[in-house]
Amino acid sequence: MSILVDENTRLVVQGITGRDGSFHTKRMREYGTKVVAGVTPGKGGEVVEGIPVFNTVREAVEKTGANTSVIFVPYKFAVDALYEAGDAGVELIVCIAEGIPTLDMVKVVRFLSDRGVKLIGPNCPGVISPGKCEVGILPGHIFKPGQIGVISRSGTLTYEIATHIVDAGLGISTCIGVGGDPIIGLKFIDCLELFEEDEQTKGVVLVGEIGGQDEEEAARYYQEHCHKPVVAFIAGLTAPPGKRMGHAGAIISGGAGTAKGKMEAFESVGIRVAKEPAEVGILMKASLK
Amino acid sequence: MKIHEYQAKEIFRKYGIPVPQGKVALDPKGARRIAEEIGGPVAVKAQVLVGGRGKAGGVKLATTPEEAEEHATEILGMEIKGEVVNKVLVTQAVDIKSEAYMGIVVDRSSKRPVVMVSPAGGVDIEEVARETPEKIHKFAVDPLTGLLPHQARGMCFKLYEEYQPVREASSVLTRLYQAFMESDASLAEINPLVVTPNGEVWAIDAKINIDDNGLYRQREIEAMREVTPEEEQEIEAKAKGLSYIKLQGNIGCVVNGAGLAMATMDLIKRYGGEPANFLDIGGSSSPEKVTNAMEILLRDKNVRAVFFNIFGGITRCDDVANGIVEAMEKFPLNIPIVVRLTGTNEERARDILKSTPLIPVSSMAEGARKAIELARGRQNSISE
Repeated sequence: MSILVDENTRLVVQGITGRDGSFHTKRMREYGTKVVAGVTPGKGGEVVEGIPVFNTVREAVEKTGANTSVIFVPYKFAVDALYEAGDAGVELIVCIAEGIPTLDMVKVVRFLSDRGVKLIGPNCPGVISPGKCEVGILPGHIFKPGQIGVISRSGTLTYEIATHIVDAGLGISTCIGVGGDPIIGLKFIDCLELFEEDEQTKGVVLVGEIGGQDEEEAARYYQEHCHKPVVAFIAGLTAPPGKRMGHAGAIISGGAGTAKGKMEAFESVGIRVAKEPAEVGILMKASLK
Repeated sequence: MKIHEYQAKEIFRKYGIPVPQGKVALDPKGARRIAEEIGGPVAVKAQVLVGGRGKAGGVKLATTPEEAEEHATEILGMEIKGEVVNKVLVTQAVDIKSEAYMGIVVDRSSKRPVVMVSPAGGVDIEEVARETPEKIHKFAVDPLTGLLPHQARGMCFKLYEEYQPVREASSVLTRLYQAFMESDASLAEINPLVVTPNGEVWAIDAKINIDDNGLYRQREIEAMREVTPEEEQEIEAKAKGLSYIKLQGNIGCVVNGAGLAMATMDLIKRYGGEPANFLDIGGSSSPEKVTNAMEILLRDKNVRAVFFNIFGGITRCDDVANGIVEAMEKFPLNIPIVVRLTGTNEERARDILKSTPLIPVSSMAEGARKAIELARGRQNSISE
């Protein structure tokens, strides 16, 4: 087992003929992901890396049985791509695109939740169940299969932490980059719930950062619902208030959303907080004993 | 992006939200002229982007144009939380019977716009939230229907007992929601919303923050941006695909990815150093991007050492290495550069760096320690 993506994932790539879309399609397929279709309006009938291209997501789903979509189109077109995927009947959408206006996402998220469609992102690196399936831009080779679930708001920091988990002799069941924007689909608490139910997963690593209340929410959720050990790392202890630190969601305003506050929220419910990335693997290993 | 009160009020006017007449003055004489035009008592209000200007003495009432000039003399040039006041808004003073709060934010938890009203207006709303949270009423709006008239009325019945102000205020709330959605706002506030003795409703203050991701389609609002010298560099960096924020330390950081960039700053601090900046060169980092990053970074004369922390997921390490070498050729560097490159084409990157004076390290922790040590060495040699 693992969560969200596995050997049963049948992927459609929205924006497959673009530079990023075609590059990552090739990579994902090499990793073992079943990429069954691509979509670019007006390019239906073409073939990219041996994969058939359709004009609409609905057609791709009907003809190939795709159940998951990944969106590689630029932010100006990503909103419509999200609605289209939601309408076409896929179960999971992974949106890599960065720069989507927050109020557009508010509507998209509402639209998708009505249809029971799960969303990862936007502004995220994607999701990987090592050895089975990778959807997005995650570098597959650094993730080894195993028992640790990873949930992160970041990109490269996720890879850094994954490396330390693997270096500690542990492996990863599924790693989800939930995205760096204020309004995202699956959040920490949603992923914690999925990991709690997953048999393969024995412990969870949370990689958070300044801004919002997702970590505090996760701490409360953990206290009430989780039985597996959780280790956390929070980035942004030195971030100045009021500044947007790259990710649109990473801003401390009005004294809320600080790294210190998040660390305290975790520690108060018994979640161990690593003081630096290299500690994550060590703390997780100790927690499993 | 934040905008000034007078700019937010321009947006309010466009949406038919009642705002007292007023204009911006850049000098005391100008303030006097505007007060003369308005006739009667006026408020002279510092235009700054930080909060708490009332407490800092940045808002004063004047009964005559002469008094308005005096107040403007005091307020202009004043420093409020580090921000110098360059403009004052001179606006008609309004008789106040009651003050309320009205605001809309994007709530990350419910993933919806949330409307908030409170009969405790005219004071710091965060203080109300802390001390008397029961005085704040919230409603999460379904973005697919928008704020419906009966919902707006329902909220305003929490503010007033009589129907007339409820009717007026709910019209304001509906318009505020419209302005919020159509301006790509992340926050819109009226504090206070005032009812006068003869039953008129006025937005006395206005605050709007705009979502940076929405600015590409908000040209009019984008044009309102006032750039501080500090922000100039940030905006220049952004135009080059970089995310840069200057800090006070002496170790320059160049990192791919925002989360890793923050973690790098944190680690430098944890080991006893001080980061000079936040700098995210993004996912796809071409040699040109690295060169641009170095250019911006080295303008900061406090920088004594530079730490490149690159985890190449899709970023190719050999590209980054080429970029650093290129940058080295452009700037006659006398600053030590510590380089950590992990990931795709790592070995090729190391080969490229071998023939240069760059200092390769194999982990983030080692790099942070090395950069701190080198920065200290240089700091000492300069002070000697």
